[in-house]
Amino acid sequence: MKYTEDHEWLSLDGDIVTVGITEYAATQLGDVVFVELPEIETQVARGDEIVVIESVKAASDIVAPLDGEIVEINEALVDNPALVNDDPTGAAWFFKIKIEDDAALDEFMDEDEYKDHIGE
Amino acid sequence: MWVSASAEGITISGERTEGASQTRPFAAKNDAGRLRAWKGRNTMTDDAIAPSLTALPLAALHVELGAKCVPFAGWSMPVQYAQGVMAEHLWTRSHAGLFDVSHMGQVRLPKSALAALEGLIPADLLGLPEGRQRYGVFTNDAGGVLDDLMVAHRADDILLIVNAARHAHDLAHLRAHIAGVEAVTDRALLALQGPEAEAALAALVPGVAAMRFMDVAVLPWQGADLWISRSGYTGEDGFEISVPVTHAEGLARALLSDARVAPIGLGARDSLRLEAGLPLYGQEMDETTSPVEAGQGWSIGRARRAGGARAGGFPGAEVILDQLAQGAPRRRVGLLPEGRAPMRAGVALFAAPEGDAQIGHITSGGFGPSVGGPVAIGLIAAETPADATLFGDLRGKRLALRQVPLPFVPPGFKR
Repeated sequence: MKYTEDHEWLSLDGDIVTVGITEYAATQLGDVVFVELPEIETQVARGDEIVVIESVKAASDIVAPLDGEIVEINEALVDNPALVNDDPTGAAWFFKIKIEDDAALDEFMDEDEYKDHIGE
Repeated sequence: MWVSASAEGITISGERTEGASQTRPFAAKNDAGRLRAWKGRNTMTDDAIAPSLTALPLAALHVELGAKCVPFAGWSMPVQYAQGVMAEHLWTRSHAGLFDVSHMGQVRLPKSALAALEGLIPADLLGLPEGRQRYGVFTNDAGGVLDDLMVAHRADDILLIVNAARHAHDLAHLRAHIAGVEAVTDRALLALQGPEAEAALAALVPGVAAMRFMDVAVLPWQGADLWISRSGYTGEDGFEISVPVTHAEGLARALLSDARVAPIGLGARDSLRLEAGLPLYGQEMDETTSPVEAGQGWSIGRARRAGGARAGGFPGAEVILDQLAQGAPRRRVGLLPEGRAPMRAGVALFAAPEGDAQIGHITSGGFGPSVGGPVAIGLIAAETPADATLFGDLRGKRLALRQVPLPFVPPGFKR
């Protein structure tokens, strides 16, 4: 598992990266009440805001961590946004992105580095 | 609470935000639905924030209770506790929620000031009986609103409760017209709200059970005088309690030791007042919005209206009385988004799914936990048909909203 500064977790399987948000991020957001996902087969560039996530308190975004193509989205989150709070690093993944070059993951944090990042 | 229609909630807009802490991972969107830079930046933008924050009298207790605190109007405020906004909101609607609203301004005036106060506020204050409080607004010459507040007519003085962000402004405004204005600085302000508030407070202060909605009383507790009003900012029955700082923590702990009472942060305070259809100064009204447009025309008593015993005589009277008679150019409206996406303050409203000029905007909006979906309040052109579907521009898409009467939840006031 790799982590971004934007509190996303990335899990690589072949050339497919599954993306979710960390437990820390889910806790900070509070009760999630709305999730809007990107369309499948969308080409995205790193930094594009592709997911809208709203808690009772605020609207936020998840950005594409890498260039690639969205190949799968987790529709269960649209029907049950609270899943993000219940199981952020498991059932509540947001999208899967097909990447060109898995070396791009190297720059992201590992778990220890991420824990340092959030001050744990 | 003392403050029904004011109190500074917090919303996620370019102007005010509620939950944004320094460590928040995601940035709030601005009011146009566009994104601001994200990642750990503090999105609090209220211009009243002082460089150094004032701690509430109960700061230590908040920390002990697991509060997440954010800066608001110069104060470090608990936005939520361990339960989270959703659970806190629902708890208040079914039990009793304890809010620390000590940041709000408490201002005393001599009793003789009521007539002069009518020169600033279009409410029937001379007709306000002793032992009662009334909602009002300070108006400007254009008929806009400078702040909204509660006015309590007490045995020995007049007590005002004003918004934190407008406290300094209001003091200056009052002092320019009235002698003997005194800012109360040695008292905290707690609110106990919800259907079990009476039972919980009466266990400590039996006298509150006899109070009716908008009654005020001074009642003793452990040697301190509590200034209590039966009012609030949640749409529920409840009380606002001004307590000497020396006794504030003791009172809060005594209330929290009751199983019916839980601590509630400002996040839930905002969602509760939104569902209750109560206006927030700076959102539903401001210096360019009249009380009539903001749906607060009811607070202008008969005596202050055309043909009344003391008609007019307040700033902007010509504009406001004309709006009462002829209608205002804009009106406040309750809105239910037809989809699941919350639409927050600043979202532009249109009469059609495409084209056409903007007819208004959302002044407050978000997820209503008791409603179980998104809710919003908007300000729209008065000529818009009452049954027209409106369309909000959310991230470049026009999404439908239905106009509905306010409030979104039935009030629980004890009349």
